[in-house]
Amino acid sequence: MTMMANDMSMSTAEASAEPKLRAAGVSVWYGPKKAIDDVSIEVDRENVTAFIGPSGCGKSTFLRTLNRMNDTIASARVEGLIELDGEDIYGKDMDVVQLRARVGMVFQKPNPFPKSIFENVAYGPRIHGLAAGRDELDEIVERSLKRAGLWEEVKDRLPESGTALSGGQQQRLCIARAIAVDPEVILMDEPCSALDPIATAKIEELIHELRGRYAIVIVTHNMQQAARISQRTAFFHLGELVEYGETSEIFTNPKVERTKDYITGRYG
Amino acid sequence: MSPLLLFLLVAGVGAVGWLAARARAATFAAAGPGKVRLHSVPTYHGWYVALWAVLPALIFLVAWQVAEPALVAGAALHSPAAAELPADAMNRAAVLQEARDIAAGHIQGGFNPLSTRLAPAFASAAQRYSIMGAVLALLLAFAGGAYAFVRIRPELRARTRVERLVMLLLLVASLIAILTTAGIVFSLLAESVRFFARVSPIEFLTGLQWSPQTAMRADQAGSSGAFGAIPLFWGTIFIGAIIAMIVAIPLGLMSAIYLTQYAHPTARKWLKPALEVLAGVPTVVYGYFAALTVAPMVRQWGEAMGIASSSESALAAGGVMGIMIIPFVSSMADDSLAAVPQSMRDGSLALGATTSETIAKVLVPAALPGIVGGILLAVSRAIGETMIVVMAAGLAANLTANPFASVTTVTAQIVQLLTGDQEFDSAKTLAAFALGLVLFVITLLLNIVALRVVKKYREAYE
Ligand SMILES: Nc1ncnc2c1ncn2[C@@H]1O[C@H](COP(=O)(O)OP(=O)(O)OP(=O)(O)O)[C@@H](O)[C@H]1O
Ligand SMILES: [Mg+2]
Repeated sequence: MTMMANDMSMSTAEASAEPKLRAAGVSVWYGPKKAIDDVSIEVDRENVTAFIGPSGCGKSTFLRTLNRMNDTIASARVEGLIELDGEDIYGKDMDVVQLRARVGMVFQKPNPFPKSIFENVAYGPRIHGLAAGRDELDEIVERSLKRAGLWEEVKDRLPESGTALSGGQQQRLCIARAIAVDPEVILMDEPCSALDPIATAKIEELIHELRGRYAIVIVTHNMQQAARISQRTAFFHLGELVEYGETSEIFTNPKVERTKDYITGRYG
Repeated sequence: MSPLLLFLLVAGVGAVGWLAARARAATFAAAGPGKVRLHSVPTYHGWYVALWAVLPALIFLVAWQVAEPALVAGAALHSPAAAELPADAMNRAAVLQEARDIAAGHIQGGFNPLSTRLAPAFASAAQRYSIMGAVLALLLAFAGGAYAFVRIRPELRARTRVERLVMLLLLVASLIAILTTAGIVFSLLAESVRFFARVSPIEFLTGLQWSPQTAMRADQAGSSGAFGAIPLFWGTIFIGAIIAMIVAIPLGLMSAIYLTQYAHPTARKWLKPALEVLAGVPTVVYGYFAALTVAPMVRQWGEAMGIASSSESALAAGGVMGIMIIPFVSSMADDSLAAVPQSMRDGSLALGATTSETIAKVLVPAALPGIVGGILLAVSRAIGETMIVVMAAGLAANLTANPFASVTTVTAQIVQLLTGDQEFDSAKTLAAFALGLVLFVITLLLNIVALRVVKKYREAYE
């Protein structure tokens, strides 16, 4: 461990490994407005990391800097360093298309393409040439749907439109779609906020199973959810990273007053 | 009394009614403070009375304008001079028309002395009926106003009534447009039926020979024209649906894609209206551009390639028409691409797709119904286009797939058939109506299909 690490993140056992993602002094502007102010954070490769904080505090904004989705917003400007496995993702040599294949994303609202279920999952492998033939493609689709816990429900209706599924199924389809390109990190922006409790439970279970295979970062408004599924929690407020550490630590024994206020429901 | 003056008088009655009714309604409100509550504010009582005063009178006036000439003529026919009128319908009508014109002061004297003697009868009848009409209209205005005025009460639902009248008015306004269309269709149908009595529909719709030059006299050579319209339909499709679309679809689509997906907002702000200007250029300007600039160029190319070329060509007309309809394709494509939710785009980009992969594999397929709808509308616009083809495509009814040759279209032939001195009951002129009918039906179908496609696609995202 050569780099300077903050003492909160050093307190876990996994911290001995290199972090998967490392952000240092990241600020984001939308035009003249600063949405993220000097955030430094390290994301473990083996754990689920939760971002919590009141609405508008910049969780989504920060999450989107991690796979450079902010590039698609004309007014957004990012400063600071973000490394994926020690490689600067905003560096000159970084291919953003490659980066997004390595850092997948699942959005708040399920957004399957208006194509068949099969085509939705096959989309990524096709554009990245991951499958040599039809058999291999079938295999990838099946494996991804299985990992996303959707296979049993859709195996007989792969040619049907992805948009015809229920909301929870659509979200798992989007997860399968992200898994299909075999990413290293999966970013999830409030993946359950449009779902009912049963569908939510399914997704949480799924996240549990995906842990270890992928580094997972999840934004959530649901504090119980953060407590249930994550090992590390980051609390954002007004564009700043207020506190970051073990989930159990943050929820039982927050060090900063603002975190305590938020967690106990005094605001947000 | 002139119609304008009469109209102003009626409007004046309405205005007086408005003021009076409003004032009266206001006195109700003032009389019992806290006790009487008007259902509607006084202004609505004003409108209620004003509409009652004006609308019936106006409707009467319009009807009167239509009926008056017949009434005047009827009265004039009872005058003693009318007994001498010639019996045959044509002379009779001519004399009556002359008499009417003399009475109105349009002409000084008639060709036929009888008309001069009939004129005073016309003049007096016209005056009588004009005054009668004016008095009736004003009476109606007063009666309508009074009827409404005496019904003003606090609990009168003037607001609801006015609302209903306004709705009625709007309905009538839209009916006028619809009735006009119906009238056009009806006249097309009627004339086409006359045409098909002379030329069989089967020959018209399937014949390969088009030479409508029927002779003026029966003994002239080639007096029976040929009315096989297939070469015209082919020319129309060749120019409007094939050549023009080969130009317009790729250019329109690509500019829409550039404008929605790549262009910087400021670039878009300038380029989009600039592109739409294309739709505003008068078609006659495109026409001479096609005829004077493009056609000679096309001919040179054709000759350089050793293909039979003429100075008017399908390629010149179709190519310029394609440019003209780019905005139709691009603005529909633009709308439907913009309507694809941003989340689709994000979803694709987040999987590591490039922008052009995202466009080709997600956005265009998702927007396809809208794009297809736009193309169908553009086709229907193109096949109805007249000026460019008249000026640049030629009039030779060739059944050829050679774009350098001259072909003719339905619209160009309609112009050709109806310009100049024509007898209006020869097969030649009537053919124009049959062609018009076919064109109308095809465009209508294209529009219906296009709107359906577009609507279905709109629903997909709402
Ligand atoms: N595209 C944008 N253009 C301009 N400002 C933006 C844009 N997106 C977000 N912002 C602003 O940046 C700030 C952070 O927004 P962000 O969406 O990251 O918040 P969030 O924490 O995800 O909130 P929520 O929990 O409601 O999703 C907000 O003040 C927001 O108004
Ligand atoms: Mg958010």
